[in-house]
Amino acid sequence: MKADIILSGVGGQGILSIAATIGMAALENDLHLKQAEVHGMSQRGGAVQSHLRISEKEIASDLIPLGKADLIISVEPMESLRYLPYLSESGWLVTNTTPFINIPDYPDMNELLLEIEKLPHHIAINADEIARKVKSPRSSNMVMLGAASPFLDITYESLERGIQKIFGRKGEKIVKLNIEAFEAGRDFAIAYTPVGSS
Amino acid sequence: MEKLLLLGAEAIAQGAIDGGMSGVYAYPGTPSTEITEYIQNNKTAIEKNIHRNWSANEKTAVEAALGMSYAGKRAMACMKHVGLNVAADAFINSAITGVNGGLVFAVADDPSMHSSQNEQDSRFFGKFAMIPILEPSTQQEAYDMAYEGFELSEKLGVPVLIRFTTRLSHSRAGVQRNEIKEQNTLSYPEDPIQFVLLPFNARKRYKGLLDKQVLMEEEAENSKYNIYYEELNLSGEAKLKTDKSFGIIACGIAYNYLMENYPNRDCPYPVLKIGQYPMPYKKIEKIVNECEKVLLLEDGYPFVEEQLRGFLDKSKKIKGRLDKTIPRAGELNPDHVAKALGKDVKAELKIPSLVANRPPELCSGCAHRDVYNALNETMREHGKQKVFSDIGCYTLGALPPWNAIHSCVDMGASITMAKGAADAGVRPSVAVIGDSTFTHSGMTALLDCVYEDTPVTIIIADNSTTAMTGGQASHATGRLEEICIGIGVKPEHLKVLTPLPKYHEEMVKVLREELVYEGVSVIIPRRECIQTVPKSKKEKRIKTEEVV
Repeated sequence: MKADIILSGVGGQGILSIAATIGMAALENDLHLKQAEVHGMSQRGGAVQSHLRISEKEIASDLIPLGKADLIISVEPMESLRYLPYLSESGWLVTNTTPFINIPDYPDMNELLLEIEKLPHHIAINADEIARKVKSPRSSNMVMLGAASPFLDITYESLERGIQKIFGRKGEKIVKLNIEAFEAGRDFAIAYTPVGSS
Repeated sequence: MEKLLLLGAEAIAQGAIDGGMSGVYAYPGTPSTEITEYIQNNKTAIEKNIHRNWSANEKTAVEAALGMSYAGKRAMACMKHVGLNVAADAFINSAITGVNGGLVFAVADDPSMHSSQNEQDSRFFGKFAMIPILEPSTQQEAYDMAYEGFELSEKLGVPVLIRFTTRLSHSRAGVQRNEIKEQNTLSYPEDPIQFVLLPFNARKRYKGLLDKQVLMEEEAENSKYNIYYEELNLSGEAKLKTDKSFGIIACGIAYNYLMENYPNRDCPYPVLKIGQYPMPYKKIEKIVNECEKVLLLEDGYPFVEEQLRGFLDKSKKIKGRLDKTIPRAGELNPDHVAKALGKDVKAELKIPSLVANRPPELCSGCAHRDVYNALNETMREHGKQKVFSDIGCYTLGALPPWNAIHSCVDMGASITMAKGAADAGVRPSVAVIGDSTFTHSGMTALLDCVYEDTPVTIIIADNSTTAMTGGQASHATGRLEEICIGIGVKPEHLKVLTPLPKYHEEMVKVLREELVYEGVSVIIPRRECIQTVPKSKKEKRIKTEEVV
């Protein structure tokens, strides 16, 4: 088993809670893990990414080589495209469609979605809306993790326990809300039919 | 012992705690901050009362660590690469004095300048000071080097530098812990004048340092971190074939990028992995003599490469950054290494052209926004004037929409540069500096201004924290006015403001008056960082609850 994952978003959106949850689940399964994060200046509203590598075998580089990522999980649509050179030909892009607009030249939303839909393997999900629907508006990250979970070679139960460990100290209610958001994202991804496919 | 999932920086912290450290001294700076933060929050460190408060700057940190070493205990000072410039005087001379208790400097370099003004390579400083350098390739080695660093320092009688880069510092991986070592007991150095660097003794100490070089070289030659893979492949098995048309020297984290290109660890070329300096000369001679060409892989400057090549070598035998086999500047990565090895790098997909840059920005609601709005309005009245600034979140005021500041060089430089400009005749001459940067290196600059009553307006944007690095305590909090008055600023030209949109007019009025004053004025716009407000409010509430 090997998964090379790029997580992307905007500083402050909290991509690291997704990484931490997958990391917990990987540790539980005795997998090797390396996770490179961005700290410092970019965390102030700039573009941020994290390279998360999981493998049965020892992992060499903290960075994923170009064209080798199995999965891009992005909590922001434009940021999902910034790391495309890392995605392998068979890799999947799973992205939130809710934009985070803090720059004057943010691209046109329709053109942006068209670019995403050009990719043969993608899931575009309005994670913010789904999070609101399950009455957990602050859990869009866990919706995204859920949407990406079918592409991870990690069991549903392991990921759920990961959520419990990461959010456990915030109380049972928060854990439950996050698990519901995770499930909603997962259901969406399983039922997803990309625009333009028959 | 347990296995932990740690950032490289945290691994150094845990290694130092387990290695019997009695105190850490540091000033926050990306990518080194997490070492000290980890120690501040570590249960063992708290129980053992390991010193873990922030220092005013890197120089005071290194000196305090040296003092703890003088007293026989193990100490560590941590900083980013440019922090070592600030600490350089103490750092270089600590090699001459030598140590009593083990002394480790953990310095994080930032190739590609993710959060820095330059990408200088601290290995040059280690060589300059003539002390051993350890360079980890993994989080585990980061832990081990910190754990063993104190003993190496005590054995050789000199400080030890651990040099690592952003990628390792901010990447997480599993780390196996060792048994916790006891801290040293209090003891003075045996030689009563060891630390007295008067010329007669400094010459003696320096000769001693030179004499020790042989021991340091022996240590490096036999170090488990310097391994020559000649007949064995990178997983330690016998090689099927050895191809000596090429040899590879990989330093620190570069070794990982090399391995990444051989998923089965079946690199046919001899490989020398370097993790300890002075350079292992014998091993280097061997690989260079045995192989037709030698590729140097280093994350940072071509430190080893330059020494091997020298400027007289026109043989083109040594490949690396200097001959552009690897890009001359920037962080090393597995793709650079792949290209240098003649392997294909397949990036099928391109970044679509509609993807716009997204630079960092001042947070919404940040007090600096209000300061720059008021400053810009006032400066416009003086035409196209420049504003000197400094290093912190407020440096983002150099970007649109503010374009409010026009310099960012080194900690504290805003005030002294404004002074120089004022001396040259610039009016008004304005400096914008943060509270933590001010106490780091701005106070002596202010004294220079006061000494000559230079016409400068100094804005100390006080958000009561060290914000850019994540909200560490600021030494200035609660004492800025006292410091300024104590240095000699006239009370009538020391103004404290509240940077909020509703006080905009008032700020403009005060700025307008002070900008034309022909002497030193200090304006302190004070409002807490909006990132730390929730935390400090929560802490206050908890304290109140405890009292109740």
